[in-house]
Amino acid sequence: MLPSGLTTLGYTGTVICFMAGVYLLRSPKTALQGNRVAAAGMLLIIGITFGLITGTHNWPLIVPPLVVGAAVGVYAARTVRMTAMPQMVALFNGMGGGAAALVATQDFRSALEAHAATPDITWSIMLGTIIGSLSFAGSMIAFAKLQDLMPGRPILFPFQREINAGLLLAILVLGFIGVFAPDPVQFVVLFVLALALGVLFVVPIGGADMPVIISLLNSFTGLAAAITGFVLNNFVLIVSGALVGASGTILTVAMSRAMNRSLFNVLFSGFGAVAAGAAGAGEEGGTIHPTSVEDVAPLLSLAGLVIIVPGYGLAVSRAQHDLHELTNELERRGVNVEYAIHPVAGRMPGHMNVLLAEADVPYTQLKEMDAVNPDFPRADVAIVVGANDVVNPAARNQQGSPIYGMPILNADQAKTVVVLKRSMAPGFAGVDNPLFYRPNALMLFGDARQSIDQLLAEVKRQ
Amino acid sequence: MSSGQTLALGFFIFVLAVFVGFLLISRVPTLLHTPLMSATNFIHGIVLVGALTIAATAHDALGYTVAILAVLLGTLNVVGGWVVTDRMLEMFKGRRKPPSGTSPSNPER
Repeated sequence: MLPSGLTTLGYTGTVICFMAGVYLLRSPKTALQGNRVAAAGMLLIIGITFGLITGTHNWPLIVPPLVVGAAVGVYAARTVRMTAMPQMVALFNGMGGGAAALVATQDFRSALEAHAATPDITWSIMLGTIIGSLSFAGSMIAFAKLQDLMPGRPILFPFQREINAGLLLAILVLGFIGVFAPDPVQFVVLFVLALALGVLFVVPIGGADMPVIISLLNSFTGLAAAITGFVLNNFVLIVSGALVGASGTILTVAMSRAMNRSLFNVLFSGFGAVAAGAAGAGEEGGTIHPTSVEDVAPLLSLAGLVIIVPGYGLAVSRAQHDLHELTNELERRGVNVEYAIHPVAGRMPGHMNVLLAEADVPYTQLKEMDAVNPDFPRADVAIVVGANDVVNPAARNQQGSPIYGMPILNADQAKTVVVLKRSMAPGFAGVDNPLFYRPNALMLFGDARQSIDQLLAEVKRQ
Repeated sequence: MSSGQTLALGFFIFVLAVFVGFLLISRVPTLLHTPLMSATNFIHGIVLVGALTIAATAHDALGYTVAILAVLLGTLNVVGGWVVTDRMLEMFKGRRKPPSGTSPSNPER
């Protein structure tokens, strides 16, 4: 079923649109346009597909799910909060994986029926089924964890590694058998085992590792789409899937690196559950210095440079807008303000940037780690809001610490560090933070949003 | 072309696309990593094409069920993925009013 010349031309158009779309994503100025160019490519190929299947009598099968899917998709995408973006992405990712597995299933059935289930087809069917259902199940668990439908902490069970490894081996063997001796029972078992592995490999992943796992699942679904392209002999699916796979891989590596951990370590260590035991091992101990809004406000209004280190806690207390008002007020008084964004701030790659952009913070103020770290020594005040592990100096020098080696924001080098925090509870990694005991660190306890509102009022009064 | 040749050509295209993908995507700044992931999420929604293809030839009850589900999931992926990306990128465009409903605070500007 090689496509005709015109179809191939149309397919090429789609590929160009996708590539150009991703190319335009390299700047915030052109990114919106890029997404629209990609949409044009998608409309084109769906139009062509409609043209190719125009003789079918199955429109009653096709139109209702198209309409329902589009309506639900638009509604969900329009109403989702930006804080909930990671679970939304996980959900849509799972949909793609599930669709890929289903396409492979139906293709398997047709191939068996036509007595055409030869290895040159079955390999892609088996692989598509495995990766698609793995991605589907994994994404659903990631969604459930992020949405608090199940505990976000790592769930560990005995022989976890051994069970997962055994499951993976069984899947590979069964898939291999399926390539050469395809059989409905084998196929169903394979499908179920792949789903099970998807569940089991995400269940032990802790909340802090979600950015890695979402990226990984993203690349899986990309791969599943590429394999669907092999199943259907459609090179657009191969190219698009490869593009997504590359993107997911780059992000997975970036996220792992930002936590100084290997992918293997993320997948198998049950981080968070283990680390909790190491809490309280902070060598500096010492006293903390609680402070008040009245003391912090003058520090801010008289500062030359203020750097804000936002963490997910900021988004949880929905204080982004209030924070932006505070920084506006400070800038009106001639204070320079920068936001220092750690790569793993938030629940998915780049999440914090989206949360702040939503609050109208201009993207020129958002500085990534390497760009902002040299600025800390000349900052008069660093405000740490709802962040903890990403500013923990233990990552630099405490070799025994679970976060040792993780690149951090050098907030401790600022003249004064103001930490907005609800209580002294440790961060995600469950590690004590020596920064809080430093002589230049002031602790402003309370709800982040309330503290920021009070700071704003106090700064305005002066 | 024999099926072997088609397969080899498919691999050839796959490898080239991975290469181009790496080049294109490593240029995307961390600032836009969430929209990037969401946009690539939309792009893999292209499995909808596969779903439509199998739906066109399904001819038994199980086939119908699988096809309906596949088209539904694929459409959700494509439409939802795109709209959410568009919404996010709209926020990066520059100065504008926050969308109503998403910001209970921040009445003045």
